[in-house]
Amino acid sequence: MEWETVIGLEIHAQLSTRSKIFSGAATAYGAEPNTQACAVDLGLPGVLPVLNKEVVRMAAMFGLATGSTVAKRSVFDRKNYFYPDLPKGYQISQLALPIVQRGKITIELEDGSRKTIGITRAHLEEDAGKSLHEDFHGMTGIDLNRAGTPLLEIVSEPDMRSAKEAVAYMKKIHELVRYLGICDGNMQEGSFRCDANVSIRPKGREKFGTRTELKNINSFRYVERAINIEVERQIDVLESGKEVVQETRLYDADRDETRSMRSKEEANDYRYFPDPDLLPVEITEAFINQVKETLPELPDAKRSRFISQFALSEYDAGILTGSRDLANYFETVAKTADAKLAANWIIGDVSARLNKEDKDISASPVNAGMLAGMINRISDNTLSGKLAKEVFDAMWNGEGDADAIIEKRGLKQITDSSAIESLIDEIIAANPAQVAEYRSGKDKLFGFFVGLAMKASKGKANPAQLNDILKKKLSA
Amino acid sequence: MSLGPDEVKKIAHLARLAIDDKDVEGYARNLSNILDLFTQMNTIDTTGVAPMAHSQDVSQRLREDVVSEHSQRERFQKIAPQTENGLYLVPKVIE
Repeated sequence: MEWETVIGLEIHAQLSTRSKIFSGAATAYGAEPNTQACAVDLGLPGVLPVLNKEVVRMAAMFGLATGSTVAKRSVFDRKNYFYPDLPKGYQISQLALPIVQRGKITIELEDGSRKTIGITRAHLEEDAGKSLHEDFHGMTGIDLNRAGTPLLEIVSEPDMRSAKEAVAYMKKIHELVRYLGICDGNMQEGSFRCDANVSIRPKGREKFGTRTELKNINSFRYVERAINIEVERQIDVLESGKEVVQETRLYDADRDETRSMRSKEEANDYRYFPDPDLLPVEITEAFINQVKETLPELPDAKRSRFISQFALSEYDAGILTGSRDLANYFETVAKTADAKLAANWIIGDVSARLNKEDKDISASPVNAGMLAGMINRISDNTLSGKLAKEVFDAMWNGEGDADAIIEKRGLKQITDSSAIESLIDEIIAANPAQVAEYRSGKDKLFGFFVGLAMKASKGKANPAQLNDILKKKLSA
Repeated sequence: MSLGPDEVKKIAHLARLAIDDKDVEGYARNLSNILDLFTQMNTIDTTGVAPMAHSQDVSQRLREDVVSEHSQRERFQKIAPQTENGLYLVPKVIE
């Protein structure tokens, strides 16, 4: 039988605030255990949560960027369950009236086609702490620094039909939240996490199959693998005449399998109710308009603009708008230098060096001004491509800007035709036998002369000019 | 609507409340009475009435995003049953 996969994603994005969603404790990653967990985060008696204004602004930004409704009135609820990394015995979340409702986002697939994915909702909630299971004489260690970190949970419609679509959607949301500056997107540190709801149904049937929820998948690669493995498992289950059980499953990357998480039998009995400690959140039209004015240019708009303004290919524009920092870098270079050369250098040498040294564009030793300076020396023929690479390496190693390096190393390309001509005359005079052979039809010897001439110019002769002059002289 | 003893025990377990078996019947009766009252309230026509989320008709005050709390770990951990390396220790939980 032919099966169709149905996927919906729940993405948890940690909002980049300084303080927590309901308390004044810091949210910085990597602090000493429990030094950023205050009385509110610990759930001590008598404390009162007070909502952070910044999380409301950030959620509104996300809502506006995805064409969603930003609710004028939203309500916080208690989601009750017991686990030691959740000291209050409930998580403050939003159930019936989330702050962001019904939006959409367009993803691009590998074959170049586009697809619109619905966003059901995005709600605010608090993150839990961390449990450390290793080596505490049979006990579990609890670090509550993360407890109370603001999360925006972004819930999609079950609109995706393959693991690849799910990855494309996740990447799109990842790009968007970073553009908006509301989440740093760091998946290793858990700032951006994803659960996937996966089911299958016979192709052509409308009714959804029973779904399973895959928990906490923390990389793009794992999302794709986890979903594919789970789909295979569900097909096996159904084709052997059994039924898929609705449950939460954990993806184990080491063994490349998903397995059932037990101890969650009460998981769906959360007994939500409106949190009496928090009043309904009301935001005004004026506030929403104010946020709207601060929205940056979004990735899709920027991509189209780069294509039309700088005559870039869709592919190049896609890479250069991959992050706001990279796009800004490119635009700064292209302001004073040739855009096509700028795109080639950034996508080529700059990105390669950054990848190799695991650096971000903002930490590039060659800043936008330096790269523009070098490209201008290519455009005005001071540098050949080969010399430019040498200059680029030197800039990367901190030897100064392009002009200083050209001056210091004497790298200026020779474009004076008479200088190149006299150099070639000498070579022709010194190699009469080869000249005769070439003239009698041994074309292959051309490379031999090019090599000699380049060597004589210490690699600085303009290659195109050298070729032209050499050809003319040899055929004379 | 009425609750039986099994439901009472389940609710108590979800809330991690230790209750005496001899009290179960009484709890079941009292809780059922409360639910009956809600059933009665449910018969009222509330068309056009917005659901109430809080008993006070005011909206949430927002605070500026400023770090105002600094570590009081020593104080908090003094009253914890067991700690180690700055962590709170609890009976083993693992999925």
